[in-house]
Amino acid sequence: MSQENATAYWKENIKYVFILLAIWFAVSYGAGILFVEQLNEIKLGGFPLGFWFAQQGSIYAFVILIFVYIRLMNKLDKKYGYDDID
Amino acid sequence: MDVQTWTYLIVGLTFALYIGIAVWARAGSTKEFYVAGGGVGPVANGMATAADWMSAASFLSMAGIISFAGYDGAVYLMGWTGGYVLLALLLAPYLRKFGKFTVPDFIGDRYYSKTARTVAVFCALIVSFTYVAGQMRGVGLVFSRFLEVEINTGVIIGMVIVLFYAVLGGMKGITYTQVAQYCVLIFAFMVPAIFISIQATGNAIPQLGMGGTVTGSETYLIDKLNGLSTELGFAEYTSGKKSMIDIFAITLALMVGTAGLPHVIVRFFTVKKVKDARKSAGWALLLIAILYTTAPAVAVFAKVNLIETVSNKEYTSMPDWFKKWETTGLLVFDDKNKDGVINYYNDKSKDATFIEAAEAKGLAGNELTIDNDIMVLANPEIANLPNWVIALVAAGALAAALSTAAGLLLVISSSVSHDLIKKMINPNISEKGELWAARGSAFVAVVIAGWFGINPPGFVAAVVALAFGLAAASFFPAIILGIFYKKMNKEGAVAGMIVGMLLMIFYMLKFKFGIFDGGKEAVAGLEAQWWFGISPEGFGTIAMMANFAVALIVNMFTPEPPQDVQDIVENIRIPSGAGEALDH
Repeated sequence: MSQENATAYWKENIKYVFILLAIWFAVSYGAGILFVEQLNEIKLGGFPLGFWFAQQGSIYAFVILIFVYIRLMNKLDKKYGYDDID
Repeated sequence: MDVQTWTYLIVGLTFALYIGIAVWARAGSTKEFYVAGGGVGPVANGMATAADWMSAASFLSMAGIISFAGYDGAVYLMGWTGGYVLLALLLAPYLRKFGKFTVPDFIGDRYYSKTARTVAVFCALIVSFTYVAGQMRGVGLVFSRFLEVEINTGVIIGMVIVLFYAVLGGMKGITYTQVAQYCVLIFAFMVPAIFISIQATGNAIPQLGMGGTVTGSETYLIDKLNGLSTELGFAEYTSGKKSMIDIFAITLALMVGTAGLPHVIVRFFTVKKVKDARKSAGWALLLIAILYTTAPAVAVFAKVNLIETVSNKEYTSMPDWFKKWETTGLLVFDDKNKDGVINYYNDKSKDATFIEAAEAKGLAGNELTIDNDIMVLANPEIANLPNWVIALVAAGALAAALSTAAGLLLVISSSVSHDLIKKMINPNISEKGELWAARGSAFVAVVIAGWFGINPPGFVAAVVALAFGLAAASFFPAIILGIFYKKMNKEGAVAGMIVGMLLMIFYMLKFKFGIFDGGKEAVAGLEAQWWFGISPEGFGTIAMMANFAVALIVNMFTPEPPQDVQDIVENIRIPSGAGEALDH
């Protein structure tokens, strides 16, 4: 495995991590804490939206973020030849 | 059949199951004892991690805590789930590739230092012992409330069960028992929740029911609850009381602490390859999320139920469950104004209009004290569910407590047998010798944990908060820097861990236990002095930042790590070729 290969792989990995963590921050600290009062003006059924993010929505987002990461990394591993076939 | 008989039956069956699995999963090598042989499938590992994670607190107390905290309860909901994203993206895959057996192992080898290993073992032991004391206590409490067994006897029964599958099977026994325990606990949690959701809102899915309308009306349940809360002088349910900075800090401390807890991290050493580590984190969170998105719904249903059933009603008209729970002391009625009516309200309100109105009504102080745990424990009875459902809740709570206790005990025992004995005191110990040391220390750890369960420090919950704070302040930065910054050296890491740990302990002692100001009574008064307005529960965030800062600064003035360590750090970035978890 060449060094440039490894470095390029790592760079793409970090890029994904940054983007996903930005979303992680936005749905929890952003929507659930910092902007919760503003978002509460909007209703989602019986839920004020900020409250919904804080108590439910952010958790759904977390699960989705991890599975998206898994998918992206599986593709990345294949692209750079790092997927063990066993 | 009455509740007692059902409880003995269902709990007995689950215990028989765990023991059966323990016998099947006997550990024959240190690899099996520490990391289940390194061959656990990702879904099974996810289930085991979920059970390990969800303790008696998640199962019993959390919904209750949320029902009284309202919006503020989000710190636990987000705090105890968000950390898994950090684990999946930043930690698990790399730690798996590094291939060690324990967290102190990783720290000791990554930072090529006995000091680092010792500091890590010390932190791991404090964190795990404090956490496990709470679990054993929880086991005792469940036994006493459901099986009418004295608390201490309950603790001992719990100890014997855990001893059996932990000592016999090590991580292997624990993992597969946890899989079974997950099934029991999730079923036990969801059944009452679904029933109650249907009763309250007509919707069988609690997550949707929470946002739905009250059965037979157009009013949204949450609006109704907000109304009921404010009528009684409490804050709106959806508003909460804590300051934004504290909510931010606590949530972050919990998330980061989660990602730094040894008993959680070690769960990612048991899978076959790096890809499985990522998948396992995903499955774990999905399975945890099922309970964590149901709990706030249960909190809302239970609160509305409770208020409607008791508030301003005649004491003599209270249903059976009320009297029953009164005998346990979890529900206390003190008729302060002697009118025979249950006057439940916020007597600490600062709202002048409310205070006037309360006095005008002849109220003399809040008359009903409700323990958090009631909200889950009494829910099935409040909703008139069949006896077997109530028995199921007992089995579920025990599954939750025992699974977490086992995971913690394994960390303790492997810290002693592997990190202390094998790596530091007697490196020439044979495989068989190490295995016996591991079994022996598991045994001793169970006994000590049981002792704590029987004689709990009165401050178990506070001490668990300390565990999170410590994990956030000591382990998380050291591991993150170890993975992502190949030039991070031992001096920086050790300095950072020590500073983080000491700062966290100091803040806890001062502001949670009041040690420097005269003890517990002084604590409330000290709130004004909180640094940045952050509570002890949230301080882990600050201590973590201090760790990072100190580590990076010290790193600048001290030698680089040796080239072979730097090469390893580069190597763990490549997912393929993860061997079986190595020990030497």
